[in-house]
Amino acid sequence: MIQVTNLTKWYGLRKAIDGLNFHAKKGEIVGFLGPNGAGKTTTMRILTAYMPPSEGRAIVAGYDVVEESLEVRRRVGYLPETVPLYADMTVLDYLDFMAAMRHLPNADQCVDEAIQRVNLEDRVESYIGNLSKGMRQRVGLAQAVLHKPEVLILDEPTIGLDPAQVVEIRAFIRELGADHTVLLSTHILSEAQQICNRVLIINKGHIVAEDRPENLQARLAGAERITVELAGDTEGAENTIASVKGVLTVEPMGNGVFEVEITPGKEIRPAIVRALTRAGQDVVEVHSQGVDLEQIFLELTRSDDKSKGKRTSRQQKE
Amino acid sequence: MRNIGIIAWKEFRQYFGSPIAYFLAIVIFLFLGIVFALDLVQTMSNTYSAQVLEGTIVLGPLLTLVLFATPAITMRLLAEENGAGTLELLLTAPVRDAELVIGKWLGAALFAAVILALTWIYPIFLQAITKPNGIDQGPLVSAYIVLFLLVGALLAVGVGISSLFSNATAAFFASLVVSLALWVSGLATSTLSYMGSMGGSSLWGTVLQYMDFTSHFYNTAYAGRLDLTDIIYYVSIIVLSLFFATRVIESKRWR
Repeated sequence: MIQVTNLTKWYGLRKAIDGLNFHAKKGEIVGFLGPNGAGKTTTMRILTAYMPPSEGRAIVAGYDVVEESLEVRRRVGYLPETVPLYADMTVLDYLDFMAAMRHLPNADQCVDEAIQRVNLEDRVESYIGNLSKGMRQRVGLAQAVLHKPEVLILDEPTIGLDPAQVVEIRAFIRELGADHTVLLSTHILSEAQQICNRVLIINKGHIVAEDRPENLQARLAGAERITVELAGDTEGAENTIASVKGVLTVEPMGNGVFEVEITPGKEIRPAIVRALTRAGQDVVEVHSQGVDLEQIFLELTRSDDKSKGKRTSRQQKE
Repeated sequence: MRNIGIIAWKEFRQYFGSPIAYFLAIVIFLFLGIVFALDLVQTMSNTYSAQVLEGTIVLGPLLTLVLFATPAITMRLLAEENGAGTLELLLTAPVRDAELVIGKWLGAALFAAVILALTWIYPIFLQAITKPNGIDQGPLVSAYIVLFLLVGALLAVGVGISSLFSNATAAFFASLVVSLALWVSGLATSTLSYMGSMGGSSLWGTVLQYMDFTSHFYNTAYAGRLDLTDIIYYVSIIVLSLFFATRVIESKRWR
């Protein structure tokens, strides 16, 4: 559905994205993860035929974004980061207008369906300017799914929403994955973890990692950490924990809390508890921190950050 | 073509939902009404004069009003889309850039046409009270045809300027400045032709004379003469300005 080869975009002398290669299959939800200014929006704008790439090719829904840009635009639904809405139109007028622009043969039906899908039935006559941020986001989504596009491109779809709305929108996107190919960008890692089948981590215009969220986790599970909390006198506890086989390091955090790094893959928590109990310590809590995408992300983007000192201008997110 | 119609219709409808449009209409008709009434009273009280009221009586003041009204009509067309980020929506919709620009202009032109059409109440009124033969309708028709093109040209200039800005107020003043420049080029013409008659070079005078915005209306259509040159002049301004706007929009894709 999406096939990107060697995609490069220059803004003047600055390279916003540099030789990107990736693809997305039908029915896949691909997460585009990266810090601000990494090139996510640029890539999405190229894929939606908003701007042409400087080098490379992008095929979306079977059409080249440069040579057959109108065909691509007919088959793509796009929710830009700043939701493009007309404040002085009603929800219904706005969607009718978009449906007309897309020449939908059964426009009324499509508009009704889109309104239902985003649960906006009771606000159709409201002026968009009077809607809350979450409602506007839904109108933007309705616009993007209006023509049942083969490919949906969502730029930071949950940004600026309250937690309840975030949950709602995420559930909706997962639902969309059933019959659309979805490419969404985010800088919230847990979001990518929850929604996506596959995650692309992008930093400074490069893809630094690409995998399923669970595989990415496994890849970086080189060190697993657990937290041990003790009550009362904790003297000697550090040594007791360190003496257990499989413990790599022990770090006292104060208040009877210890951060323990262990060899991954082995369950040694019972052994630690036994050793501590035998030594007369009162164990209050033992839990595994696991490795989340947060760490992988930091790890990957940090190692890519060698040129930090050379950065002269502020990264623009254009 | 269908897209142009869809965009034009949306813009046209939007004017009737915006206070600026009503404000414009009120100002124009208030001003024209006062001028018309004063002229009428003056002519009728002056029983000895042979002065006849022309059907084009309101067109002089209307022309001045149009100069200020058209930037207000066009200011938000593209500038607002630019500022609000909705341009991204239109540029990723299956619509050509030229269709977008022409649609915007056409929407504004339709709205202007409604206002111009409403100014027919004055000639119609004159026709009703002028005896025995009514007013001379020839100049009226030719004047309105060319006036409509003139307004269309000003609107196209406004659309072109609006494409450069992301703020409607800035677009308004820039359009006003450009329109005024076109307007006063007539003054430069007379100055230069005067200098020409004094023995200086008149090449620039000739060029500016062709360029002059108002003389293409006043010297011909206003006097009842429909001249192809004038039509070509205004149509080419429309085409050039809309082409310019399209290129500006296109160039936004590269930045």
